[in-house]
Amino acid sequence: MTNDRVAAIAGVAESDLGEVAPKTAMQLQAEAAREALAEAGLGFADVDAVLSAGGDTFAASMAIAEYLGITPRYTDSTNIGGSSFVAHAGHAYRAIQTGLCDVALITYGSTQRSAASRTLGRAGGMRGTAQFEGVWGLPAPVGPYALAATRHMHEYGTTGEQLAEVAVATRKWATLNPKAFMRDPITIEDVLESRWISEPLHLLDCCLVTDGGGAVVIVSGERARDASLPPVWILGHGESHTHLGISSMPDLTTTPAVHSGAAAFAMAGLTPADVDVVELYDSFTITVLLTLEALGFCGRGESGAFVSGQRTAPGGDFPMNTNGGGLSYCHPGMYGIFTLIEATRQLRGESGPRQVEGARVALANGTGGVLSSAATLVLGRD
Amino acid sequence: MTERAFPVPDAVTQPFWDGVSEGVLRIQRCRECDRHVFYPRAVCPFCMTSDLEWVEASGAGRVHSFTIVHRAPPDYRDEVPYVVALVDLDEGVRMMTRLVDVEPSAVVAGMAVEAAIQGEPRLPYFRPRSG
Repeated sequence: MTNDRVAAIAGVAESDLGEVAPKTAMQLQAEAAREALAEAGLGFADVDAVLSAGGDTFAASMAIAEYLGITPRYTDSTNIGGSSFVAHAGHAYRAIQTGLCDVALITYGSTQRSAASRTLGRAGGMRGTAQFEGVWGLPAPVGPYALAATRHMHEYGTTGEQLAEVAVATRKWATLNPKAFMRDPITIEDVLESRWISEPLHLLDCCLVTDGGGAVVIVSGERARDASLPPVWILGHGESHTHLGISSMPDLTTTPAVHSGAAAFAMAGLTPADVDVVELYDSFTITVLLTLEALGFCGRGESGAFVSGQRTAPGGDFPMNTNGGGLSYCHPGMYGIFTLIEATRQLRGESGPRQVEGARVALANGTGGVLSSAATLVLGRD
Repeated sequence: MTERAFPVPDAVTQPFWDGVSEGVLRIQRCRECDRHVFYPRAVCPFCMTSDLEWVEASGAGRVHSFTIVHRAPPDYRDEVPYVVALVDLDEGVRMMTRLVDVEPSAVVAGMAVEAAIQGEPRLPYFRPRSG
């Protein structure tokens, strides 16, 4: 590993997951923050950087900092969708590197399941670019992902069975994770026979709608070496976005992870072949296929064949989404923070029955919007 | 059908929607770099000028991709299944639309289509075109 030991993940935690009523999104974040900081041997008073997105408030980092009594030296409420938290980790790295902060706290929380706030679209007047997309009855966010899936099938002959491979393998990982929301095994046929949502995507091609939150603590190299848990070093990061609305996506089968991944690998001095465990935002099965190609784990158009034969399942030669992913573990609206939490636990070797033996390098990739944004982190242990 | 989503034009996009209300598909073309631009903008994303003119599009294009919607947003539930598509116009711009006058199962990527302005609110739908 060529990267300087600038910053490391020193604490991670999920909040309660699944259905958490009557807890609020802010409570979930606060409880996760306390637990993640405790893991790092730190308290709220040690935090000098706060990074957050979403939830149900304006200026997410201001909201959680106020709630916890933190006055940060560095703040970031960047919201580029579900990838935000992976981007935040990169920002925290750069802030620590340039001396702007020492202890960065990233949080997220949502009660979208309890609140039944998830809808497939809005009514009424459409302004801005929504004038041209919001008037057609395309269900959001599944519809845009379905458009990408149709195009991938058209260009490369990708099949529904190949998409289903991802859902089935991810569910197998979930059966090994007591915190996963859906733990009953499923088959390829179950996926293909589940009802259409937005063709060619079936119900079981889609992520869950759950409550949940999480927190990640990133500290300077100096502090990381003093911590009781082994540091999980940030070796590389990258971020990008190519569009907001799906009509403006330059190429429906190329996600911005092609940019964020290249940047992260270049910074780390590593290649996809060096990665032992992969945590990808799996909002939909097609998201995973497109991301595998964009990150260079397989060639363009080859992802369907790549995941076939349950290659990404426990015991397969490409362990991916080892917590059960957004498809089966939890998906509270924005999932990116959970890729960091699971990658960290895998590198610490504390994942119990789902532990990838000897994992030394992990990749976490967030996707936001409608394949709009991507943020990639390459992580390693000593 | 309850309240449908409807477009709220702004100063830049008004000519597009005026065209639609007249049954004409108009898009922008940059006088500087000669490229067509959609959605309508105040600045050309290719050459940074503001010298954009409105031209009548041929209305002809091809389906770039599509999805058959089965689980619709609340105001569209009585219309499923229906086809939402991305259409590449011959002028080189892409727009989202709904396909009409076609069985959803008959739609394929690459299919030739043409504009079919209709509905309430009046919108630029597309339908199959011979060739």
